[in-house]
Amino acid sequence: MIAALTSLTILGAFLGLVLGIAARVFKVEGNPLTAELIAILPGSQCGQCGFPGCAGAAQALAEGRAPVTLCPPGGRAVALALAAKLGTEVNLAGMKDAVPMMAEVQEEICIGCTRCFKVCPTDAIVGAAQQIHSVFREACTACGKCEEVCPTESIKLQPILVTLQSWRWHKPVEAA
Amino acid sequence: MNLFDLRGGIHPEGRKNLSAAHPICALPVPKRLFIPLQQHIGAPAQPVVAVGQNVLKGQLLATAQGALSSAIHAPTSGVITGLGDCTAPHPSGLAVPSITLDSDGESRWIALIATADPFQLTPEEISQRVAAAGIVGLGGATFPSALKLNLSHGVQTLIMNGGECEPYLTCDDRIMQERAAQIMQGIQLIAHAVAAQEVLVGIEDNKPEAIAAMQAAAKNTSVKVTAMPSMYPMGSEKQIIQVLTGKEIPAGGRPADIGVLVHNVATAFAVQQAIVEGKPLISRIVTVSGGAIKVPCNLEVLVGTPMQELIDFAGGYVQPAARLVLGGPMMGQQISNPAVPVVKGTSGVLALTTAEIGQAEPAPCIRCSSCVRACPVGLLPLEMAAHIRTANLSGAVNLGLKDCIACGSCSYVCPAHIPLVHFFNYAKGDLTAQERTKLKQESTKKLAEERSERIARIERARAEAAAKRKAAREAKERAAAAKLTTEAV
Repeated sequence: MIAALTSLTILGAFLGLVLGIAARVFKVEGNPLTAELIAILPGSQCGQCGFPGCAGAAQALAEGRAPVTLCPPGGRAVALALAAKLGTEVNLAGMKDAVPMMAEVQEEICIGCTRCFKVCPTDAIVGAAQQIHSVFREACTACGKCEEVCPTESIKLQPILVTLQSWRWHKPVEAA
Repeated sequence: MNLFDLRGGIHPEGRKNLSAAHPICALPVPKRLFIPLQQHIGAPAQPVVAVGQNVLKGQLLATAQGALSSAIHAPTSGVITGLGDCTAPHPSGLAVPSITLDSDGESRWIALIATADPFQLTPEEISQRVAAAGIVGLGGATFPSALKLNLSHGVQTLIMNGGECEPYLTCDDRIMQERAAQIMQGIQLIAHAVAAQEVLVGIEDNKPEAIAAMQAAAKNTSVKVTAMPSMYPMGSEKQIIQVLTGKEIPAGGRPADIGVLVHNVATAFAVQQAIVEGKPLISRIVTVSGGAIKVPCNLEVLVGTPMQELIDFAGGYVQPAARLVLGGPMMGQQISNPAVPVVKGTSGVLALTTAEIGQAEPAPCIRCSSCVRACPVGLLPLEMAAHIRTANLSGAVNLGLKDCIACGSCSYVCPAHIPLVHFFNYAKGDLTAQERTKLKQESTKKLAEERSERIARIERARAEAAAKRKAAREAKERAAAAKLTTEAV
């Protein structure tokens, strides 16, 4: 009994030591590229790319499993920055910025449950229990998380209307 | 005075004789005016009147919001009938917040404060009054004039722009001929306000009467009136500086960087009216012209007058108008709705016929480099357009896209009819949008980081509080157990 206990304890201690040393000596460095890519991505962890948060997306990008055009809220600006970082060519002629959207509260049916502002990754929603909530236009990234949790479908993504300030010339159409 | 050479430029047919001989005539006060709150570069003005309120001519309707904004005054007396949207005098045809004013036909002025000796005023007082009068650059850029005065104090040279190089337009020509004395006083007031050492008035030599009138008015003053060769875009800020002083504004810079301030001659008239007579900017001279207009003319128009009233006053159309343009044919804005109001920056209302537009289908670029020779800034329009075509904006920016003044000379000379300037306008808009997105992303990213930090902090605080509670409970239990033991013993 004692012999068995001793031998197993020594075996365990030895193997543990070996594993511990191996973990230090053969430590796998995280891909430094991933960290740099995370810095470029919006960081709102919205998950619209289909990866678990911006870190997951950066990992996939670094491994070449995802195109640089994966980030809808980032649009072309982020795609260009990613392409420059990864040294890939990107043709944005086909990529259109998604219609800019923004969450809007339909005030008549908002019950003030606070669920939306608890999930908002950028603190773009202001409100309190039993109070109508409201959205800060400038902080909303249109990630849609609030839309998913709203029990009354009061908060919804709506396209941002073009104003005189945001209007711009369309690209000239040319005969091929 | 010797002039300096200018590179590039084009010589489009002037067609100024259509309206040049017609003296300025006042357009009768329209029944209803639509006064946009955004007639200037910068923040829209904030209305200070209510619906149903009676206002007098010249009364303040909306106040400026910050320095880069401009006040708006009632163009005539009447009653405010609406605060809402009207179609903007803009190619997009989008709505712009505006004030609707129904005139009572009496044109009763508010009490005007005239100044007997305006040169006793300090430069600060002048720029304050210019701001209060809602004066913006009347050449078309509509930059708030007071801000320009404040930013340019102590400049070497004040240049008054009487170039009017856009074809068809004759409004500056007429105002210089008919109101030279007032303009000259306005010029001296501006020079006084910025303490300019030298004052030059540049007028294209296709306006001999205007040059003569201005030279007569400039007698016994230090103002030098100079005839410049007629060429497009001579009336552009950068170009007129280069021709008159030989200096070039550095890329991305402002005229003040090289000690120059440029104002339009019509702005000088507005300044004189504001300082000497106390009248705010509520009207301007507009050229109504084009092949489709029956009687081309120059009208003094109240701000907010619908474009259609001007066309009707000019006798309507003699043939169908293929295109309506606000401003000049080179840089003006194509309008689809003739109900849009004339604003402070509207220099012309043009109704052009199909023959005048001369639109042709674009053909492939043959790399003839006509556009390179025409570009007054010294850019390579064909190369820039090629980059923009393949969505390579940074390539176009490296070639100087941001220095493009959108004068349209390249499009004008292109034998293949490639809409070059349209490409550049599109690319500049795209660039601004991308920059805006980037800024927004940076700020939202910060918000997201702050939020995750805050959540972590709360979690930590919660865990600490729980640990403290647990420790307290355990201490209590231990104490109780110890007590029990002692009792048992």
